[in-house]
Amino acid sequence: MSAFAVNVRVVRALGMRSIRQTFRRPQLIAPIVVFPTILLAIQTGGAGGAVELPGFPPVQSFLQFMLAGAMMQSLMLAGNSGGIALAVDIEMGFTDRLFSAPIPRFAIVLGRLAGTAALGLFASLWFLAIGLVFGAEIESGVAGALLAIVLVTACAMAVGGIGAAIALRTGSASVVQGLFPLVLVVLFLSSAFFPVDLMIEPARTIAEYNPLSLVVEGVREPIISGIDAADTLYAVLAILGIVLLGLLLSARALRHRLRVG
Amino acid sequence: MPAIEVEGLERAFGEVLAVRGIEIAVEAGEIYGFLGPNGAGKTTTVRMLTTLLLPTGGRATVGGHDVVAEARAVRASIGVALQEAALDPLMTGRELIRLQATLQGIPTAEGRKRADALLERVDLVAAADRRVGGYSGGMKRRLDLAAALVHEPRVLFLDEPTTGLDPVSRKTIWEEVRELNADGTTVFLTTQYLEEADQLADNVGIIDSGRIVAEGTPESLKAEIGNPHIQLQLAAGSVAEAESILAPVGKLLPPKDGRKVLVEVENGAADIPRVVRILDEAGIAVESLELVRPTLDDVFVAKTGYHLEEESEENAEQEPVGA
Repeated sequence: MSAFAVNVRVVRALGMRSIRQTFRRPQLIAPIVVFPTILLAIQTGGAGGAVELPGFPPVQSFLQFMLAGAMMQSLMLAGNSGGIALAVDIEMGFTDRLFSAPIPRFAIVLGRLAGTAALGLFASLWFLAIGLVFGAEIESGVAGALLAIVLVTACAMAVGGIGAAIALRTGSASVVQGLFPLVLVVLFLSSAFFPVDLMIEPARTIAEYNPLSLVVEGVREPIISGIDAADTLYAVLAILGIVLLGLLLSARALRHRLRVG
Repeated sequence: MPAIEVEGLERAFGEVLAVRGIEIAVEAGEIYGFLGPNGAGKTTTVRMLTTLLLPTGGRATVGGHDVVAEARAVRASIGVALQEAALDPLMTGRELIRLQATLQGIPTAEGRKRADALLERVDLVAAADRRVGGYSGGMKRRLDLAAALVHEPRVLFLDEPTTGLDPVSRKTIWEEVRELNADGTTVFLTTQYLEEADQLADNVGIIDSGRIVAEGTPESLKAEIGNPHIQLQLAAGSVAEAESILAPVGKLLPPKDGRKVLVEVENGAADIPRVVRILDEAGIAVESLELVRPTLDDVFVAKTGYHLEEESEENAEQEPVGA
């Protein structure tokens, strides 16, 4: 078996472990599925009239508009949960088992990210299913749904990279968990839950420059209107940027962990 | 070529020098006992030898490979069971060993076969599909050991494998270590238990405050200490007087508790009547008396000035970060 094939097996095995770990630990799965679902229900039930506001993009329903936001919230929290799980691994010494194996150490991070990506995939399917069950239409059909799924999955992996970097740098689950409110702040300062054009300053400017807004629009457009090449490209570029940042920070944090043990 | 060779190995954490230029040579097929109290530098040394921590000075090879320059080759040749068995409580025992087989590059079918065989070897077949979080301390240690063996390593590092275990579980681990060694595996075993080192190790290195203070076979180290000592248990309040009148008989050793006096004697049992007579003439009642042959604890006392197990129990301090 080639070294590459061995590494792929390792990443797959660690990804599977990461998924099992999430589903076996309620405090990890709850933020990914339960909280965004509850928030989606509350927002669509309580703020559905927002679609009538002047300047609100034309949508079939507020639920249709909110699906992208719910997916973003879910994937952001999946990234955070992945970071918490990695930090728990460090705290209980499980990463020592992985670091003392003859595999590239970056495969350990990639394994974790593969698990987070799978959770992103799960989140996108879950919320698309909820949308369809409650009457939201996917305007660009199967192709648009697939595009949304791919973008959400990729973005989950990208955000997971940031979570992994923080976990590796700090080695503390409570520190990573402490970022939970920050994740929500970053989300609310994007177009995830409200159109940027209707925000007031300075939130509007922040949201315009928030790379998550680009991803949100890339996911939302196929759902509410149709696939837009420019929106898709910006979303892909934003995800690549987050991926690059996550990998860079993770690589530095890995080196740091080896130095401090 | 030694299985493990360490030359001037150092590790600093900021200003703290946790390991201070140690030298170790472990021959292939040997059990090397690395003995020392908490915070002495045992775990830091093991972490450097298993490539989990970069040294800040010196060099070390394991299985002929440099731990820094050829870290991947080192990791392929070693099995590691670290202090506080590093297990995921949410995984089952079988999942853990299968994962370990994958990490070692063992094909899936072969990994499954080995996992089954190892679970049987450490008597965990019945618990194999239960989550590790529900295992007892002894079961966790046995699982950790099994996972470390999945790729049949030439060198096995066991970091305090029996700390916190009951005597029965401890003996089970000892038996397993002996069997592994009989099969040709080199074992580097850290421990704070004197009996463990005495029972298992071919050679012992004693580390204290980051320095190796003694090294050799348990027998040679004890022989170095030389004479046995008489251990006297006295009535409360008479210890100081007893120490004063027994000083001419032989060297007084540091007592293990406030009611004991330890006197080194040249002639062994032949010196007992003399000691008893001196105490009797002084009117000091002896509650119990025992002639004690030199132990590794005596070696430890001679080299460091204090008792290892007493220190280990009292010293709740951890080694520095990463240690």
